Parts: sequence; structure tokens; C-alpha cells
Amino acid sequence: MKSRVFPLLITFVVFVLLYLFCLSRFDSFGTTKVICNLLRNYAYLGIPAIGVTFVILSGGIDLSSGSIIAFTGVFCALMIERNGMHPLVVFALILSIGTAFGMMMGVFIHYFKIPAFIVTLSGMFLARGGAYVLTTDSISIRHPFYDEVSKIVYIFPDGGRFTFAAGAFLAVLVLGIFLAHFTRFGRNVYAMGGNETGALLLGVPVGRTTIGIYALSSFLATFAGIILSLSKHSGDSTIAMGAEMDVITGVVIGGTLLTGGVGYVIGTFIGTLVPGVIHTYLTLDGSLTPWWIKIIVGTLLLVFIGLQKLLGSQFDFFKLFRRPPLRAEQQAQ
Amino acid sequence: MLEQLIPNLKNQIGKLKIGNFTWQNSRAFWTVLALFIIIVANRLISPNFFSIQMVEGRLIGSLINILDGAAPIMLLSIGMTLVIATKGVDLSVGAVMAICAAVAVMLINQYESGATDFYYTPPFVILIALGTGALCGLWNGILVAFFDIQPIVATMILMTSGRGIAQMITNGQSPTFTDDTLAFIGRGVIFGVPFPIYLYLAVFLLVYLLVRRTAIGLMIESVGINARASYYAGINASLIKVLVYVLSGVCAALAGLIIAGEVKSADPHKNGEWAELDAILAVVIGGTSLSGGRFSLGLSALGVLIVQSLLTGLYISKLHPTANLVVKAIVVLVVLLFQSDEFRRRIRQLVRRRA
Repeated sequence: MKSRVFPLLITFVVFVLLYLFCLSRFDSFGTTKVICNLLRNYAYLGIPAIGVTFVILSGGIDLSSGSIIAFTGVFCALMIERNGMHPLVVFALILSIGTAFGMMMGVFIHYFKIPAFIVTLSGMFLARGGAYVLTTDSISIRHPFYDEVSKIVYIFPDGGRFTFAAGAFLAVLVLGIFLAHFTRFGRNVYAMGGNETGALLLGVPVGRTTIGIYALSSFLATFAGIILSLSKHSGDSTIAMGAEMDVITGVVIGGTLLTGGVGYVIGTFIGTLVPGVIHTYLTLDGSLTPWWIKIIVGTLLLVFIGLQKLLGSQFDFFKLFRRPPLRAEQQAQ
Repeated sequence: MLEQLIPNLKNQIGKLKIGNFTWQNSRAFWTVLALFIIIVANRLISPNFFSIQMVEGRLIGSLINILDGAAPIMLLSIGMTLVIATKGVDLSVGAVMAICAAVAVMLINQYESGATDFYYTPPFVILIALGTGALCGLWNGILVAFFDIQPIVATMILMTSGRGIAQMITNGQSPTFTDDTLAFIGRGVIFGVPFPIYLYLAVFLLVYLLVRRTAIGLMIESVGINARASYYAGINASLIKVLVYVLSGVCAALAGLIIAGEVKSADPHKNGEWAELDAILAVVIGGTSLSGGRFSLGLSALGVLIVQSLLTGLYISKLHPTANLVVKAIVVLVVLLFQSDEFRRRIRQLVRRRA
């Protein structure tokens, strides 16, 4: 049990230290304003990250989330603006399309035994390409429903605006935790990530679960696309470029092992917010140039992984200095 | 005569089955077939697809364009094939391309503004850029081999921070240069053929000799199949891993220099964008399994050529360029499906049930 909670613990401790450091430099980190902005601005990364956590827990990977976000945005904008459909109908439509897309990827991965990396990479090209085919223009959305949604906001006494996006992020987080730890599906995912053959022999429906996992991941990516569309009031096919890697980085920082079977949804939540905290800090500081955020996130990734390795039970630090084992005949002498 | 020949031919084809090996199971078959179909399709779209003309001492033609355009990714595919053969993956090559190009261009700018120190001269600048690539590879290799970090995570560290490092080196700008030696790597022509093609062939030959004429190739496959067993068998698995990542870094440096030479500038964002994904895709289309082991450098190059010929075909077919990505994704999926043993088995079952 110790080794499994360990990466999460490290992430949590480093996050708290990072936050305290920021708080000591800028008092505004203590206000709800910064916290609400973090939740709102990182909802579009955090929501797919929760889906991708399931994928990675099962031992797979999903590179398609960024492109699905872009496709969703463009699709919504086109359907609402050009075809005059009601947003809710469009949302239902795109959510089904997204889920079907994910199921398709799951089918390719499970039934045709093509590596998840390659299938979801093709999915990424397909979704991004689909967005380009729909339109390469940036379309702004003007619809009363969008205005209604942007009015849904809880304003804290000190001015923090808890928006719909932030609420959706937290809701998905709670549902994700529930799905991972309190349902049969979640247990199947963990079992598959631990040992797929073993899980199959124990009666885990591996095929159905695989398809379910990728469907869930694509569903959440589509949902994130809707959230982004709602907050940006526009659809753009070049949006969320490279977001899939930010999403995976968040999951990894959150302590989920890419080998599968180990990790927590709540870790992903923290992992996604870490780059956000750094970004906010750099914005407030103003003296550091923007490229530092990439370098710092990379360094933090290294620190997290290093700490997890160094302090985790699986890593043998002294292996580095040990000589290769003696052969049997040498030992006999 | 003909009647005699045909059964004979059938016999010969039948003999191609050796054990479990049949032409359908051969990884090479589907890759070569896909390239063949795409090239034939290109020929059908554009009648002068195969024509190559000499214009002002430079060969002009679609085939040359394909090879020239594919050279950077083909170079990457050499390193990537070896890395994947050891059951790893190198996500950082795109970022390494940007870093090395940034280093080279910043140094050459010093040379152009009059610095006379020997390490600002173009040949040394190129060496330093290659050294930077090797250093990046060494970093990845050490993380993977000695700290037991999963390759995808270890190289993700450099992928994330690499573009930031490149921006830091260039101060957030995209510096340009005019030096002809550095530009030659990307735009040079020898005997009418673009220099990147020679560069690729030279690196391919060197690496091919290294892996197929020494035991290193076998060791790489062995480490990819089972690193621990190889270690117990006396192979220095860690060293092999470091070696392949260093090679991948050097290949990335060369690819970065080609791109920088082509556009005579070092753009920290655009240089090598998506290059890592294209390279991995090419290696997989070439039939090297992501789970390590058997690899083929030549087939990986064919994998790059498939994608590049496809893009060239789309370009000359005057199809709307927005459809490029979709067509690329579909073709890649079809090729992968036919390579998948499971898929072919299911198709065969379906056909048999019908019949």
C-alpha cells in the first residue's frame, strides 16, 4: 500500500510547498480570485486529463485529446452559427460523436492489437484534420444560451468568480474519483493496468473495458471542448495545439505511472494545476520571460519523477554502483 | 513452354513459405506494397510524376522532392528505430532539433558579426550543434538506463522543456543567418542531388554497418526483447540504451540543421514541430514493433517515404490542402490494419465463412 500512495503523496507535498512559496511572494495566491481563475483556466486541460488518467491506469495512452477539443469547438460553432441549431442539441450530438470516436479507437486497440500510441496518434491527426476540413476560420458564437451560461457564476466576497467551467471541472473530478474507486469499471481498469493477462484470466471483460476507457477519455475531451467553446464563445481549428502532451504531463506529475495500474484521479487534478500555479506566478512576477514556464515545468517533471523513483520502494539507489553479478563458475571458486 | 512455367512458378511461390514465414506475414510486404500503391496512384494523378529534369545544375522532379522533403524525418527515423528496438521511445527529437538549430544559428551569428575565434567557424559550429544533440541524447539515455525511468516519461522531460531551452538560447526570437556553409546542409546540391539526401545515405550507411556488421545490432534487439536477460547474458544493457539515445540525439541535430539550413533561420517553435510523432509513425509503419526487438532501418525509411509520397500526391492532386491530415490518418490506419495479424486473421475468417 505504501508504494502505491507514495507518488501521490510526493505530488501533494511538492504542490503544497510550491503553493506556499508562491503565497510567501504574492499575497494574492491566498485569495479566491487566483484559485477560481486557476480552476477556470485549466478546466479544459483538467477534464480530459481525468479521462486520460483512466487510459494510462489501464496501461494505454491517449494522444487525441487536444485535437478532439479543437474538433468539438469547430463543430459546435458551425452547427450553432451556420445551421442555427440549439446549443444543447449540438452538445448532445457532439458528445455522441466523440464517444463513438473513442469507442472506435478502443476497437482498433483491442481487436486489431495495434498499439494505443499509434491508434490515438492517428485519431489525433483525424480529429485535427476533421476540424480543418470543417473550416479553417475562427468562428465566433453569438447565442443567448451561451450568454445564459456565462451568467452562471458564484462571486466570492473578495471578488473570486467561480464560473460554470470551474464547477464542471470539480464535478467531473468527483465523478472521476467515484468511477475509479467505487465502481466495477474502475476496479477493472486498475486490474488491467496491473496485469492484462491476469485480469483476463480473472474474468475482467478486457475488451469491453478497453473500449469503455477510450470512449470515456474521448467523451471527457469532447466535454472539455464544449467547456472551452462556452468560455471562449468561438470555435477555432488551431486551438489546443499540443494540449494532449500538457494533459499527459499533468497526469504524470500527478503520480500516475505510465506502466499502468498505479495512480489516482485526485493526483491528476493536482498535476494539472501545477503548471497553472507556475504560470500564475510568472505572470504576477513579470520579470521572468515566458519560455521559463516550459523549462520550469520540465524541471518539475524531473523533480517529481526523480523523487518518486528515489524514495519509492521499487528503486534501488545502490544499483547504480553495483557491479554485474558474478557468474556461477566464478562464484564457485 | 508457358504451361510448364506456370506450375513451376506456383511451385516457387509455394516454396516461399518457410516455417511460419509467408509473404503475408513478412513485415516488409505490406510496407513495400503500400509505398508501391501510393507511387502508382501518384503516377496516375500526374503523368509526369517520374520525370526528372536537370535545371540549372539541379535535378527537378517529384521523386527528388519526395526524397529531399523526407530527409529530415528519415534521419530521425534511423535513431528512432534503434531506440524503439530497445523497447524505448524518444519523444524529445523535435525539441532537440530546435535546440541544436538554435545553438548553431546563434554561434554562426557571432561568426557573421566578425568573431574570429576558431569555434565560431562554420565547421566547428556544426560540430558543436552535433555535440549538443549527443548531449541531449546522453541525458535521455542516462535517465532511461541508469535511473530506470520509463522512456516515454524520461524523454517527455526534454520534450517539455526543450522548446523553452531553444527559446532561451535564441532569446525568444527566430534568428536568421546568411552563412553559406550552414545553409548548404539544407539547400546544397552535389551533382544535381540535394545535399540532405547524401547526408541521410551517409548516416544510414554508417549506422547500418554499425548495427549489422558488428554485434551491436543483435545486442540492441536482445535488450529490446528482455533487458534483464540480456544483462545476465553479459550484455551491458545500460550502455546499449545510452548509445541508442545518443545516436537519436545526433540524428535529431542533423535533422535540425537541415531544417535551419533550408529556411536560413532557427525558429524555436516551428523547427521539428510534430517531428517526433512523424518519426515514430514512420518506424511503426515500417514494421518495427513498439514492444521492442526486431528492427529494420530500411523499412523505417520506407515508412517515411510512404507518408511523404502521400503528401506529395495530395499536393499534386490539387485536393484542398485542409484534407491532408484526414487522408494521412486514414492511409496510416489502413496500412496499420493490414500489418496487424489479428486484422488479417479476422478478414480471412470472414471470407471463409462466406465461402
